[in-house]
Amino acid sequence: MALIERYQKTTDISYWPGQIPMSYIYTAGRAGEKFFREIMNGRILGARCDSCEITYVPPRTYCEKCFARLEDRYVEVGTKGQVHTFTLCYQSFDGTRRETPSIVAIIRIDGTDGGLVHWLGEVEFKEVYIGMPVEAVFKSEGEREGSILDVKYFKPSR
Amino acid sequence: MRRVAIVGAGLTKFYRNVQETPKELAYEAAKMALDSCEMKLSDIDCVVHGTAPDAFDGVHMKGEYLSDASGGYRKPYMRHFVGGGSGVLSPIHGWFHVASGLFDTCLVVAEEKMSCAYPHPAGAFLTIFDHTTEQPLYPTLIWIFAIEMNRFMTTHGYRKEDIALVAVKNKKNAMDHPSAQLPGEITVQDVLNSEIMAWPVNRLDISPTSDGAAAIVLAAEHVARRVTEKPIWIDGVGWALDTAYWCTRDLYYPDYLEVAARQAYKMAGIKEPSKEIHVAEPYDPFTYKELHHIEGLMLAPRGKSVQMLVDGVFNRDGNLPTSPSGGLLGVGNPIAAAGLMKVIEIFLQLRTEAGKRQVPGKPTCGVAQAWGDLMQVGTVVVLRN
Amino acid sequence: MEITEKHVAETATKLSINDILGKKVLSVKWEPKLKYAWDNGPALGRYLAELKNGKIIAKKCDKCHRIMIPPRMFCELCWRPTGEWVFVQDTGIVNTWVVSYVDWKATRLDIQRGVRPITPAVIEIDGASKGMGILHHLDEVDPWKIYRGMKVRAVWKPAEERIGAITDIKYFKPME
Repeated sequence: MALIERYQKTTDISYWPGQIPMSYIYTAGRAGEKFFREIMNGRILGARCDSCEITYVPPRTYCEKCFARLEDRYVEVGTKGQVHTFTLCYQSFDGTRRETPSIVAIIRIDGTDGGLVHWLGEVEFKEVYIGMPVEAVFKSEGEREGSILDVKYFKPSR
Repeated sequence: MRRVAIVGAGLTKFYRNVQETPKELAYEAAKMALDSCEMKLSDIDCVVHGTAPDAFDGVHMKGEYLSDASGGYRKPYMRHFVGGGSGVLSPIHGWFHVASGLFDTCLVVAEEKMSCAYPHPAGAFLTIFDHTTEQPLYPTLIWIFAIEMNRFMTTHGYRKEDIALVAVKNKKNAMDHPSAQLPGEITVQDVLNSEIMAWPVNRLDISPTSDGAAAIVLAAEHVARRVTEKPIWIDGVGWALDTAYWCTRDLYYPDYLEVAARQAYKMAGIKEPSKEIHVAEPYDPFTYKELHHIEGLMLAPRGKSVQMLVDGVFNRDGNLPTSPSGGLLGVGNPIAAAGLMKVIEIFLQLRTEAGKRQVPGKPTCGVAQAWGDLMQVGTVVVLRN
Repeated sequence: MEITEKHVAETATKLSINDILGKKVLSVKWEPKLKYAWDNGPALGRYLAELKNGKIIAKKCDKCHRIMIPPRMFCELCWRPTGEWVFVQDTGIVNTWVVSYVDWKATRLDIQRGVRPITPAVIEIDGASKGMGILHHLDEVDPWKIYRGMKVRAVWKPAEERIGAITDIKYFKPME
């Protein structure tokens, strides 16, 4: 027997507006603490698993393949990398349209298997290509807070 | 169906607030569980993860987020969630992966980081209730517990001072647990004098919100016997859910728990639970809840659990020790990890590896149980050595 | 293997909230905007529409004969669509209740200064099947004089203020 009910009055069908009111504080974690403190110093850190021959960026406390502990295997990996892939983004995260689109890319840090998602700057979209060498541009020292935004963007490196 | 055993276990410390990310917590527990039985990640065929609302850790699709930290990199991986019942649904979920014959080993992980919700996960609790008929009244979760405790007390004529003995017992037991968040020696008077949250619930009647993780390793019989001399068999599993129309139920008795318990006891061949079960870990997020569940698990007749508590039957040296670990009241309540912590306690008790918490008398059969959602779910496992 | 202090010692690093707010450790703050418009469906839609009219409506299952409130389109016990709509009374009895010193945000009410504690209750509605309750507030009653089985009556908002919500009933109070 199907659920059928004829609606006599359209005012009987309604919706109830509401919210899930939450706010969060996310700690950086043991690995994140080291990573972001080094970002404040203008350096990027990775984590090396020798048995799997992988260097993770951002660094993490464990190797996801073999479960080895990586906490004493953090290494500095430099601030240069290559564009792994990229896009031109017209939408803000809340769905509204941006006036000026921004270039978002996954940057593979040189010599590692990891990468960072970030913006590309000081470059026109039509000049960007997969494999393009880039380097990080940091905010001035006084402005850095220990966040991923301490890197303003990645720009093409000559 | 094949026999499945727990062969290893791991647990982090439980604190109100930790620095570690949810992933780092899950890894610590999972690694300890593997190390405890000298297995490697490559020995694990599949992974299941239990974790309660995404809203606590504040990560949407939390199961996927935690998968690599739980050892699930490119492995068959599933996440399950039944609110607070998740911790005991975890071994059940892992059990059917192995019992079905599809996999020989399974890593079961449970993690919760409630401190991400700042200052308090009240917003997540608000939306457990029906959004149209209940949320506009601005309810909080404490009301629901107080409402159930009130019905429980008025139906059986139980007194707050007797129910408070559960907090005294569990916090004392927790003093011997290495991960405990709130161990201590308190008195019934301390409980009654503690601040009223929502009568009849006082502050010391409630378990804390916590961060923590736990993990166990499951193996099919032929693997279990190779890996350890003391495999602990999962002999009975049961789980059942009641309606979300919670105002329609008589809250004095958890019917859904009896259904789950009967399912588990039937599978384990248990006819008289109060005689055949030697040690129990019923879920105790609130003091009265332990008694509510002891009655639902049929370890005490309805209306008689308080007398047995007062007589010392449930103490560690009593006839039917309950929550020898210290339970959620003493060790902490990182929702899903707390339930798995209870399973781990029975595992250790049956292997006589519970250290100072060991109950006397060489127990051979134990039961662990969890509960959750909107007073809805009962999950039960029966373990034997 | 017994799990000892030594095993768990390094697994988690304890923090206080001041360590985070005082930036001893790094963190990120975030407030997601989770806004919803939940469709009420035909059953709740009618329930709310009748609340606006100052009435409470329930729905009956033709097989088990339960008169259910809040009304629902299918009976969860018989697993079939429900039948006729039935008006029920706006009186009931208290099934169980709470005297709360905290609000939904877990903030303490200023009881010392005379703020009344919040007293929500499960109220079994007259006219619906036995045990059919709804959650609502009790007021105009001494919180410590509430008892199981107490007869109560709904206190409605005036007609022009009702919008079709559960809060069109302000609270329930004891019937004298």
